[in-house]
Amino acid sequence: MAFNYDEYLRLDKMPTLWCWGCGDGVILKAFIRAIDKLGISKDDVCVVSGIGCSGRFSSYVDFNTVHTTHGRTVAYATGIKLANPDKHVICVAGDGDALAIGGNHTIHGCRRNIDITMIVINNFIYGLTNSQTSPTTPRGYWSVTMKQGNIDPTFDGCELAIASGASFVAREKVTEPKKLEKVFVKALQHKGFAYLDILSNCHINLGRKNKMASAMDNLDWIDEITMPKKKYDALSEEEKLNKLPTGILKEDTEAEEYCDMYGKLQEVYQGKREKFTPADFKKVI
Amino acid sequence: MAREVISSGNDLAAIAAVDAGCMFFGGYPITPSSEVMHTISDLLPKVGGVCIQMEDEIAGICAAIGASMSGVRAMTATSGPGMSLKAENLGLAQMAEVPLVVVDVMRGGPSTGLPTRVSQGDVSQAKNPSHGDYKSITLCAGNLDECYTEVIRAFNLADRFMQPVIVLLDETIGHMHAKAVLPDLEEVKAGIKPRKTFEGPAEEYRPYGVAQDEPAVLNPMFKGYRYHFTGLHHDAMGFPTEEIETCRKLIDRLFRKVDEHKDELESNEEFMLDDAEILIIGYGSASLAVKEAIIRLRDEGIKAGMFRPITLWPSPEERLYELGQKFDKVLSVELNQGQYLEEIQRAMGRKDIQKLTKTNGRPFSPQDIIDKVKEVF
Repeated sequence: MAFNYDEYLRLDKMPTLWCWGCGDGVILKAFIRAIDKLGISKDDVCVVSGIGCSGRFSSYVDFNTVHTTHGRTVAYATGIKLANPDKHVICVAGDGDALAIGGNHTIHGCRRNIDITMIVINNFIYGLTNSQTSPTTPRGYWSVTMKQGNIDPTFDGCELAIASGASFVAREKVTEPKKLEKVFVKALQHKGFAYLDILSNCHINLGRKNKMASAMDNLDWIDEITMPKKKYDALSEEEKLNKLPTGILKEDTEAEEYCDMYGKLQEVYQGKREKFTPADFKKVI
Repeated sequence: MAREVISSGNDLAAIAAVDAGCMFFGGYPITPSSEVMHTISDLLPKVGGVCIQMEDEIAGICAAIGASMSGVRAMTATSGPGMSLKAENLGLAQMAEVPLVVVDVMRGGPSTGLPTRVSQGDVSQAKNPSHGDYKSITLCAGNLDECYTEVIRAFNLADRFMQPVIVLLDETIGHMHAKAVLPDLEEVKAGIKPRKTFEGPAEEYRPYGVAQDEPAVLNPMFKGYRYHFTGLHHDAMGFPTEEIETCRKLIDRLFRKVDEHKDELESNEEFMLDDAEILIIGYGSASLAVKEAIIRLRDEGIKAGMFRPITLWPSPEERLYELGQKFDKVLSVELNQGQYLEEIQRAMGRKDIQKLTKTNGRPFSPQDIIDKVKEVF
């Protein structure tokens, strides 16, 4: 039987403002299926979005929802999560949101390893504001601010997240919705910061000027530049160039989660345990 | 029973927050407000609350707004440069009607300015820190006791009016260390007025569908009332809209919820004003020098008195107008180039107000004020 999304959608907000053929709807549906699969109550979920096309994600789903300022999803979510550590807090951000204006919050959310699931909808361009270069826009591609071909080096959000201390890092793409759902389930079950780089298409604002004007062409391009991590790992360094690995790139279930740690700090203050010393930590520096 | 303590302005602000039921603090180090975070970082975890030092000023206020959206009392503290960074998200809290207390311990500006020295240079900024149209509520502590009582009042007003409330301290008051007399703790706790909630069925809940002079009624998250927060213009459920009448009414309401209840906000001190012939207007730490100057002037037979607004925004415009009618000789004293003077002129409808200003990072001495009074009157 086909999955019925109605229970989780704010149907009166349909249709979405996303363009025909946009991959963001695939992500939204996979996310809903993951929540449903885990049997999480709608009341126990808070979705925090930023600014851009991805920012509208929060208004379409029937959870506790927050549409914040540009780049600040993780900062808002950190306050919500610390005040409600037993609830599920999910950030939805775009590539500009997460890696440009909000890069600092992304880094420090990862560093704290606070139990937030961060879905970065990466379409390689500023879509809503009409085709400006983002930190993931491929070099040499046209953007409205780099009409002679983008010269800005690109940013791999997953590598940033791994280096910053996120305990769960994965990349998936809208061309494989089943895998998307699976990775959302895993990320939601994971205790710690989960950074998900979800590749989506923007055939309108990236594709039209870069020889992939249809959704299908843009999606084919996403498939061309990606491959499963296992296959990717077997490549030579030269072959790895211009390819992005998909799947779970890091999963550390031992890493200390920030709300847990703060709970212990509260216990110190309440006289229930000794104060922390370097001896309490495996990695001190 | 009233409590006598030896403390500092910044410490008292932190203690007051916890006494007011604050359970979340998000901040970032900045002189001269850091002690607020130092102190509250020890107090909150004791009572099950959270103090987190975020990665920057912006994150500090965002985390605090997030916690407040979820239903807990929250605070951040900063100084001028931090206020500038927080401005955009203060705008979101105004628009989405999220209560929050922001303590701003003022230092010399603009820019990095004079980090360790006093100023009252954030008074204009506090009126409109963010872009767009909204009404700021700004309180200003004029002595150590008020670093406590005004923070308590700020939490109650934030929940009453569902918006940020700024409490201005200045470097002199924030770092002043002396005896303070605090109200009885049980009285403080009994005076806590938490934000309104809607208790009916979720289908009937309209968080922003309220009377035109009332604030939003925002239930805590995770309790079965699922709605939407946004900085965009929004409808009764909080969802983005560009519908003409809804947009007009929203901004109209953000004004009227404050303007039509100014009586709940106004707070002033009048010192030796009844028989005075000279009116001196001052606030914050400047008012301490003004008081001492008035006592000394009176010893010399010069009858001066002081009017001190404690709620700076919205300003006590009616009272200022009355005083402007009553007194010929008016002197405004502030540690900036005359930021509040503009408001005094507007409220009084007069331009002939004398001013004493200082922007070199040093406080006023009573003699500064005595000399000025003798010079101009």
